[in-house]
Amino acid sequence: MAHGFFYLAFIYLVAAVISVPVAKRLGLGSVLGYLFAGVIIGPFMLGLVGQEVGDVMHFAEFGVVMMLFLIGLELKPSRLWRLRGPILGLGGLQVLLTTFALTGIALYFGLEWKMALAIGMSLALSSTAIVLQSLNEKGLLKTSAGQSSFSVLLFQDIAVIPMLALLPLLAAPGATPAIATDNVLAGLPGWQQTLVVLLIVGAIILGGRFLTRPVFRFIAATRLREIFTAAALLIVIGITLLMQSIGLSPALGTFVAGVVLAESEYRHELEADIEPFKGLLLGVFFISVGASIDFQLLIDNPGLIAALVGGLVAVKLMILLILGRLFSMSLSDNLLFSLALAQGGEFAFVLLAFAAGASVLPTSLTNPLVVAVALSMLVTPLLLLFHERLLSPMMRKHRERREPDAIDEDNPVIIVGYGRFGQIVGRLLKAQGFSITLLDHDSSQIELVRKFGNKVFYGDAARLDLLISAGAAEARLLVLAIDDRNKVLEIAALAREHFPNLTILARAFDRSHVYKLMTVGVEHIYRETFRSALEMGTDALQHLGYRAHQAHRLAAAFRRHDEATLRELYPHWGDEKKYVFHSHQRAEDLVRLLQSEERRTHPKDHAWAIDQLREDSRD
Amino acid sequence: MSNSSASVLILFAHPALEKSRVNRALMEAVRDLDGVTFHDLYQQYPDFHIDVDREQSLLRQHRSVVFQHPLYWYSCPALVKEWVDLVLEYGFAYGEGGDVLDGKHWLSAISTAGTLRAYCEKGSNQYTIREFLRPFEQSALLCNMRWLPPYVVHNSQQISDPELDRAAENYRRLIERLRDRPDVSVPAGQHSYINKWLEQEPAGGN
Repeated sequence: MAHGFFYLAFIYLVAAVISVPVAKRLGLGSVLGYLFAGVIIGPFMLGLVGQEVGDVMHFAEFGVVMMLFLIGLELKPSRLWRLRGPILGLGGLQVLLTTFALTGIALYFGLEWKMALAIGMSLALSSTAIVLQSLNEKGLLKTSAGQSSFSVLLFQDIAVIPMLALLPLLAAPGATPAIATDNVLAGLPGWQQTLVVLLIVGAIILGGRFLTRPVFRFIAATRLREIFTAAALLIVIGITLLMQSIGLSPALGTFVAGVVLAESEYRHELEADIEPFKGLLLGVFFISVGASIDFQLLIDNPGLIAALVGGLVAVKLMILLILGRLFSMSLSDNLLFSLALAQGGEFAFVLLAFAAGASVLPTSLTNPLVVAVALSMLVTPLLLLFHERLLSPMMRKHRERREPDAIDEDNPVIIVGYGRFGQIVGRLLKAQGFSITLLDHDSSQIELVRKFGNKVFYGDAARLDLLISAGAAEARLLVLAIDDRNKVLEIAALAREHFPNLTILARAFDRSHVYKLMTVGVEHIYRETFRSALEMGTDALQHLGYRAHQAHRLAAAFRRHDEATLRELYPHWGDEKKYVFHSHQRAEDLVRLLQSEERRTHPKDHAWAIDQLREDSRD
Repeated sequence: MSNSSASVLILFAHPALEKSRVNRALMEAVRDLDGVTFHDLYQQYPDFHIDVDREQSLLRQHRSVVFQHPLYWYSCPALVKEWVDLVLEYGFAYGEGGDVLDGKHWLSAISTAGTLRAYCEKGSNQYTIREFLRPFEQSALLCNMRWLPPYVVHNSQQISDPELDRAAENYRRLIERLRDRPDVSVPAGQHSYINKWLEQEPAGGN
């Protein structure tokens, strides 16, 4: 079935527009939505798209290149440099060990060593597209598990290059590779190839650093947005071509370019321009992966395919878990990291096609493998879902079961929660020489702050015995600084009941949380973002031309009014009608208050009512 | 803290009370007296954001106002000046309709490291405490208040414990006197310090 461009575009877009929102609503994430959309429109179900799926996938892979450019943009060189350990160590070991293990298994099943090695290499790689998109969507990319996953994927991108070089060597003599490499360097001796590669990478770095700024400034001066977009696309496509011509991974090249541009003032503009292209192309890529799954093969050999998928995921998972352990990740980080990377990737399609073309592997072998890889890609979002819904909550429970540390100190202050919030409180008090008992129930946080020389005890402060052993009976202050609203309430209620003399200072999330804390009997309540938002407002006034002191007085009046209102409206909390009515009234009061405050702010003009004085003196 | 039946409002200002000896002793002598509102400005407004409405309503509720503070650079600590700048508004304290403070006492209770001898024409400070307090005296006058000679504790760094006890005791008697006899008048010209008048007036006398 040959279809026109618009027909294909229509099918892909309809599939995406329907299935992705549904998948999101069901909590499955966009990646699964795209994949299922592909399955549905694919030859096996509706048959709306046909053989061109392979070409489409090849084209859409460009989305991965764009994604790495975007990731590069968010990664400053200094941060990348800090990741060098995980990239080389973790990534290197993952590729090596997985290749060995898979090769060994293939050998065990009686394959020739060349074939076994080709399979091992192809399957050792994971899917950058699936993993990064899924982690990013769940907001996990910046976590330590996310960063580890990213490091491994980056190394895999590098590892593809020698793999592609190695595959033809594994070919049976006489066979010519079907995929012609358009590598212009092929004719050069090894050292010259290396030199040219280094020169080109150097050119990208230098060009990105020194050339882009004047060029972008020149383009931006035209004030034509689409030209800027064109320039951004030009960078990505240009680097892709350059990289392909010297046989390097385009994704790697654009990633380097992204890192170089991460500190450019045009970074956000570039991000915004490339982002929609990347999103659409990745979507098309996922759809085509879904559509390319040969379900006929699955139906004909369900046992074989299931064993391949299960085996592949299991072996990769095991090796990743061991590596995570070796690199001393916490159990929960390690589980996420391992589940995320336990699949075959889009490189496997390329490498397997290449191997088939080079007659390294017969298609009777590569076809089931391709299906297995595609299915393993489908399995990954499901595994991540399983992690999010079952494993992660279980881990939390499991952590709660960890025996709390024995606490051997009697300090006047107990701080519960030593993260972003509690640390500020703690550091201020410590600087004044107070000794503090610190409690937290996040072990990775504890490890982190222990590195800075803080002694933090592990434990769930909602347990009475733990509060007692933390010295709550003798302490003067209990600072509740955790970000778990219900936990704050729980601990506050418990402490109020059992230690009536203890002063409680509680971090509150919002107004309703404030009221709940007031109901429990906490007197000192701090809305976590109120003061910093107010400070921002004060600065905003200054940027609008107010004098600093005037802005500060207005903000202070605002704060006093807001805090008084908060308490005044407490009796109406729960009665929405009354609450809204009174808040409107108080909002009007505020306007009047700020007006009178403004009158007072400037002693010279207002408090001293110069005009009045002048009139009086005329009398 | 604010007591509607109170008649004396003590506006206390000390930015470093934790280091103070004299003002702490004076504070402790009067803080818990009935009919006296002790208002610790630096404790209430550490950020200098004075709540003008609240301060004005406190002034309305009291018949005598005492400014208790150490002498800094021959004047008051900064927060007291800020208080005066903002609270004593036109239309409230002076000017048209500004009659709220009419007839109320203004008493300054001052501690200073300098001796009495330092505060005279021949002394190292050249001027007397009374001369340094002129801006306050005139402010009271502008607000139609009754200016009282200041209560002064000299030599605050070296004052002996018995002397300090006596100074605190006298301060308490003075505040009680203001509380119990709201129309007491001490002609400002008669005594340079109210301390003298206190010594002459027998306790409980009228």
